[in-house]
Amino acid sequence: MNKTRIRVLVGKPGLDGHDRGAKVIARALRDAGMEVIYSGLHQTPEQLVDAAIQEDVDLIGVSVLSGAHMTIFPRIKALLKEQNAEDILLMGGGTIPEEDIVTLIESGHVEALFTPGATTTEIVSWIEERVAAVKAEVM
Amino acid sequence: MSNNFLSWKAKYDAQRERKGPFFTVSSVPIDPLYAPGHTADIDYTRDLGNPGEYPYTRGVRSNMYRGRLWTMRMFAGFATATESNERYKFLLSQGQTGLSVAFDMPTIMGYDSDHPRAFGEVGRVGVAIDSLQDMETLFKDISLDQVSTSMTINAPAAILWAMYIVAAEKQGIPAHKLTGTIQNDILKEYIAQKSWIFPPDPSMRLITDIFKYAKDNVPKWNSISISGYHIREAGSTALQELAFTLADGFAYVEAGIKAGLDVDDFAPRLSFFFNSHTDFFEEIAKYRAARRIWARHMKEKYGAKKEESLLLRFHTQTAGCSLTGPQMENNIVRTAYQAMAAVLGGTQSLHTNSMDEVLALPSEKSVQIALRTQQVLAYETGVTNTIDPLAGSYFVETLTNQMEEGAEEYFRKIDEFGGVLGAIRENFFQQEIADAAYRYQKEIESKDRIIVGINEFVSEKKEKMDLLKIDPQVELSQVSKLTALKQSRDNILVQTTLANLKEAAQGTDNLIPKIMDAVRAYATEGEMIAVLKEVFGEYREQAVF
Repeated sequence: MNKTRIRVLVGKPGLDGHDRGAKVIARALRDAGMEVIYSGLHQTPEQLVDAAIQEDVDLIGVSVLSGAHMTIFPRIKALLKEQNAEDILLMGGGTIPEEDIVTLIESGHVEALFTPGATTTEIVSWIEERVAAVKAEVM
Repeated sequence: MSNNFLSWKAKYDAQRERKGPFFTVSSVPIDPLYAPGHTADIDYTRDLGNPGEYPYTRGVRSNMYRGRLWTMRMFAGFATATESNERYKFLLSQGQTGLSVAFDMPTIMGYDSDHPRAFGEVGRVGVAIDSLQDMETLFKDISLDQVSTSMTINAPAAILWAMYIVAAEKQGIPAHKLTGTIQNDILKEYIAQKSWIFPPDPSMRLITDIFKYAKDNVPKWNSISISGYHIREAGSTALQELAFTLADGFAYVEAGIKAGLDVDDFAPRLSFFFNSHTDFFEEIAKYRAARRIWARHMKEKYGAKKEESLLLRFHTQTAGCSLTGPQMENNIVRTAYQAMAAVLGGTQSLHTNSMDEVLALPSEKSVQIALRTQQVLAYETGVTNTIDPLAGSYFVETLTNQMEEGAEEYFRKIDEFGGVLGAIRENFFQQEIADAAYRYQKEIESKDRIIVGINEFVSEKKEKMDLLKIDPQVELSQVSKLTALKQSRDNILVQTTLANLKEAAQGTDNLIPKIMDAVRAYATEGEMIAVLKEVFGEYREQAVF
């Protein structure tokens, strides 16, 4: 059976312009053989979800360094649900305190969050395993 | 190399070397020893000069810290103007000697707190300033003729600057007495910080309008802070930070001249802003090279005649990107070393990061430690007793020379693109930065580069830190204040001033007076930016990674 490449949208929502992490991740995922679409900056949650659906991605990786994570992740999750696109995984990273990470994951708003110090290897492995698991469930 | 050196080298090579690589934070390989042969070609007068003498390698003032210490200027701002005003008073009471304003993302990007785009972002990374009213609150009980204030604002700098000038006016202080800086460096926004609004041409027009207005009305004000800090934070090497910043500087000089100014009319008030990362000697060499390069180009290429036009004066901030989340207290140590490098490099002004800035804005406790770091440095370590103590070091002078050579090579490359704007269009800087950032991350993951607490000396213990939290209520209260303002002001006057601003934007008149009229009428930042967007359009990047 053909192994299709994992498709990822790396997104920068909100007004925050710090894209170093998002770009390093995007490149690492590309180097790992994934198809990566980088959204560019200043996207609204609506724009990200539209792009994710249009590009038929397996996963959205969102980078938030502006402190607005408690609003942004729930909003993206809600939009994915509204558009019947809940099969698209949502994960991300940024400057997010541990307790907020716990809250966001436990409330189901995000699958995983990787903060500064996480390695690209870790992130690639997590994505590969998770996407494979989702595809296995679907079949 | 002398026979002496060669005999030492033979002994060295015969011994075991511990695991390398031996390189700087920027991946520049470093030799085990530097000796007289490395610096034999240096001419003191030509290449160093005394402090305060061309080419200013040893410092911009002849007395440096023996005359006056650097300004201890802690970047601060969060929630609303009321909370930030309290933090400024706290910092001043604890001995800081200059103010520095951090704005929130909506303010930085030109949106009012009630704009849909501002949702969830009000007061989170800095203070929310929507109108003159907020600016007045920000400096309540702080007399603006008694402090110098730096404002980290770029695309909408003209507006926030106008608000500051008018707030001072309301305190009874005329503009010509004001001292401070606005960052106002749009080129590095396109390159690294990414908080742009308008495309390059109208942005440069706003900047030269500011240069002109400052020259005639606010002569003690630094009209721009040409920045490398953000370029470095985005992942560049020290050399790229140096070269790209100075290239931007030259672009502003050329823009000012093209706008009809004599170089000596505005160059004295150009200032700079550098990062201080953890490789101690690389940073010191960078600052010394920066001064020398700037002086040489300003004199030889741009024909500046006034001494003040040749001086590269700079503010430094310790490297935010070097801080770690795990074992946060280690950041106090990193910041201390970085601060020392900045001082040994001759900075005029310094911000030291707080340990908790990896995850939040500084708590009061953390920011006090960061300020004390500067005070211990200034008063206890003795490094301020003599000027440019590392001059003559075989190592430091070699690194300084290498920095200058590397920068000149970059200037040649940038010229091939037709200058900075051409290089930006072709994503030259952006790709260099992305490549350097990726390489750095790979070095950490392969353990070629050790980061304490991250890939070595890791602790499994989860620490609980008392981080500053921004209450979501802040956004609601700011929005309701804004609503009340919009109802209580003279809205006909506001509309008139906005219409005048739009008309002026379509022409070539200096926009600052028109902005100040709108500011006095309590037009909001968002309203003024919206008008300017109609005329100037918005910038779109073609992202690379």
